[in-house]
Amino acid sequence: MKYKAIIAFTCAMGLLIVGCGKSGSKDHVPGVLTGGVSIDGSSTVFPITEAVAEEFGKVHPRVRVTVGISGTGGGFKRYAAGETDICDASRPIKQKEIDKASENNVAFIELPVAFDGLSVVVSRKNDWVDYLTVDELHRIWMPESTINTWKDIRPEWPAKTINLFGPGTDSGTFDYFTEAINGKSQYCRSDFSKSEDDNVLVQGVAGDKYALGFFGFAYYIENTNKLKVVPIDNGEGAVTPTETTINNGTYQPLSRPIFIYVNPASVQQPQVDAFVRFYLEKAPELVSEVGYVPLPQLVYQLCLKRYSSGITGSVFSNRNTVGLKIEDLLPE
Amino acid sequence: MTGDNSGFSSGLKRRRKIENIFRIISLTITWVSVIILLVLLTHVTLQGFQRLNLGFLQNFPSRFPDKAGLKSALYGSIWLISLIFLISVPLGTASAIYLEEYGKKGILGKFIEINIANLAGVPSIVYGILGLAIFVRFMGLGRSVLAGSLTMSLLILPVIIMAAREALRAVPQSVRHGAYALGATRWQTIIHHVLPASTPGILTGVILAMSRAIGETAPLIMIGALTYVAFIPEGPMDSFTALPIQIFNWASRPQAEFQTVAAAGIIVLLGVLLLMNAAAVIIRNYFQRKYKW
Amino acid sequence: MGMTERSIIAGSKRVYLKEKAIAGFLLLCAMVSVVTTAGIVIVLLSESVSFFKEVSIIKFLFGTRWEPLLEPRSFGVLPLLSGTLMIVVGSALIALPMGVLTAVYLSQYAEDRTRTILKPALEILAGIPTVVYGYFALTFISPLLRQVFPSTHVFNALSASIVVGIMILPMVASLCDDAIRAVPNTLKQGGYALGATPFEVITQVIIPGAFSGIMASFILAVSRAFGETMAVTLAAGATPNLTINPLESIQTMTAYIVQVSLGDTPAGGTEYQTIFAVGALLFFVTLLMNIIANRVMHHFREVYE
Repeated sequence: MKYKAIIAFTCAMGLLIVGCGKSGSKDHVPGVLTGGVSIDGSSTVFPITEAVAEEFGKVHPRVRVTVGISGTGGGFKRYAAGETDICDASRPIKQKEIDKASENNVAFIELPVAFDGLSVVVSRKNDWVDYLTVDELHRIWMPESTINTWKDIRPEWPAKTINLFGPGTDSGTFDYFTEAINGKSQYCRSDFSKSEDDNVLVQGVAGDKYALGFFGFAYYIENTNKLKVVPIDNGEGAVTPTETTINNGTYQPLSRPIFIYVNPASVQQPQVDAFVRFYLEKAPELVSEVGYVPLPQLVYQLCLKRYSSGITGSVFSNRNTVGLKIEDLLPE
Repeated sequence: MTGDNSGFSSGLKRRRKIENIFRIISLTITWVSVIILLVLLTHVTLQGFQRLNLGFLQNFPSRFPDKAGLKSALYGSIWLISLIFLISVPLGTASAIYLEEYGKKGILGKFIEINIANLAGVPSIVYGILGLAIFVRFMGLGRSVLAGSLTMSLLILPVIIMAAREALRAVPQSVRHGAYALGATRWQTIIHHVLPASTPGILTGVILAMSRAIGETAPLIMIGALTYVAFIPEGPMDSFTALPIQIFNWASRPQAEFQTVAAAGIIVLLGVLLLMNAAAVIIRNYFQRKYKW
Repeated sequence: MGMTERSIIAGSKRVYLKEKAIAGFLLLCAMVSVVTTAGIVIVLLSESVSFFKEVSIIKFLFGTRWEPLLEPRSFGVLPLLSGTLMIVVGSALIALPMGVLTAVYLSQYAEDRTRTILKPALEILAGIPTVVYGYFALTFISPLLRQVFPSTHVFNALSASIVVGIMILPMVASLCDDAIRAVPNTLKQGGYALGATPFEVITQVIIPGAFSGIMASFILAVSRAFGETMAVTLAAGATPNLTINPLESIQTMTAYIVQVSLGDTPAGGTEYQTIFAVGALLFFVTLLMNIIANRVMHHFREVYE
């Protein structure tokens, strides 16, 4: 008769699990938000979104926010397929992606959320790099690059192989960097260590005296004890990325806005709507906390207006927005 | 007998020396394994112990290392294990019963046996690929607990089947013959006599298989366990994270504080494994006393 | 025929059908494993076939550059294969000799007291999840290596090899132990009777006698190292690199599969299909090794029956 007890126990466990599941999602306490918000995309934007999700969870503990880091490209692919509500993006949406989305009847509301100063970093043990010019960066990263050692950049530097690190091709950071430095997105030499996970890049550069890498500013700020940032000279002197220089636009051309793209259809769900509003509201303080630069307050208000009006379409896409002010781009 | 034993004794001395050297080497090497184990456990404990407190188990993951916790991972793993248990135990036991009691002589039985032996050696990531293609994409289950459980069930099914077969085999034939002699059908023999007698053995095997499942990461990554999950699954179709994935996630972050958090997570994981293995040993010992054939 | 006899006959027919139904149901359950194998093969092959329409299989198997995403693209799998091989060879160099010696010690020299410590210790080593080993490699072994060899990269093959070696050591030790025990005691005693030292008995009687089992354990352990994922993903790196320098960063086939799926390249597209092509290669190599190992074990097992 023992087996009957086992079967009964198994069934009871099964019912228990199913019962727990059902009860959770069915009872609607008025005023308490439930449901899910599905987010995926850039690992650059991830720290901000993670912070927002964490704080949001304190106010609305029943809402389930999930955040992935498939990369901007990967995030857009899922977004265009209607799998996610929000796409984290470290570059504007591309025409190809707009087309793909409209094929699936997915629209988007484009919302810049912060400034990033894309940082070029070396290990703390690197004691010879004082700055790099944009031209030097171009010579290092272009597809037919002949630069293999530090000496090839400047003769007084060590004759040791440069070990390059960068985000992979699904990364918006990669797209932006190649566009700003090499003139065309994804136009780049291919023999560098790639990872979608910026943490891996940090570890790689930090541990290697002869390494050179690039990623979002937040990942540098969180690891200043291991990394050294390289000031960039765009023709007007070497500029170190800091909150000020990123904000006032003197850190060029690697200063850029980063975005979230929201699906207007998902906004119909109250928890998604609440989340986006919370995001725009809390962005100024959370953005600085994780190491990025907040946009001017005016811009956040414009974004909120844009969002509330449900204005879709992109103003950043398909144009070189380097140096332009966001306030001018967003219509009233 | 020809003379000259001196060659023999100096040869003997040399052989004895070689013998001693060999013995010491093999002794040392064997104990090296134990030392490595101790080093590993000490390293992890030292790294993670400070983070271990009740809050750690109750908090959700956070961007602040000192606030990050295991709650969603722990519940996710519990959900996974429960579903895996419900899926793989009946399936595995039924398969083992077929192979041991019904299909031993046939070609079909042999064919299934070969399959299981091969499946046992397939890398876990291939199961992940299978799960991704079939459960996540083809069956449209998405990145859910159910998809994860189904994939992991397939992974440990060969282990459960093999353990169950051993347990069934351990039941003496006399028990079966006695039942047949009294007019029982094959199924009646199995369900009333063989299976109850082999249940402890099966249970032990199941627990060991489960402890393997709890620690597997690769298939779950393929299924698409998310990076930031701050809730407890409320149904089999929910997204989830699990203990090993959370550990992997924390270990991948370069900040030293997160390494500490990862170590704390590992301590919890090892603790769970220890409990499960202890349970298996206790069950095995208890029933070994009861069923003395 | 009275009521009782008729109901017995009617009853037995029912029982017969019920038995058949149950047997059929159990068979179906057992067939799940066959379906699983079929599923793996079908999934891997079908996507690989469409992959190989785009990329020539020769270029895949023999190309030396693995660059599936960035132009100019190249799908030569050799860097990934060499990465995996480095880990396999490295871990084998550690685990195989140590495993055999451990098994020899356990079965020939150790007293019962020592066995009660050693056997559980090995079992614990075997039960530790691989992600823990990866963490150990990253936080303990790699820093240690970098102090000894300063040119070691943060992610390197050696650290992963060491840790995978530790992981498969218990497997080798336990299987060799079984193999050694299978050698009849009479042979061993015969050796001692002729005046051989234990070392000589071991090297000239026992190991040759257990040779097939030892070989099988080697092959199985190597096959396990081939499929190892988490430890190498954490410790060995993500740089496809055709090199024999274990201090460099490399990428194994398994780590590549993980990397692509972390980026979640959605269905379709050649990049997505690389998962299946590499996965198929991995599957067939490990399958082959397992089959060979089983054959070896069975073939020589007969000798003592």
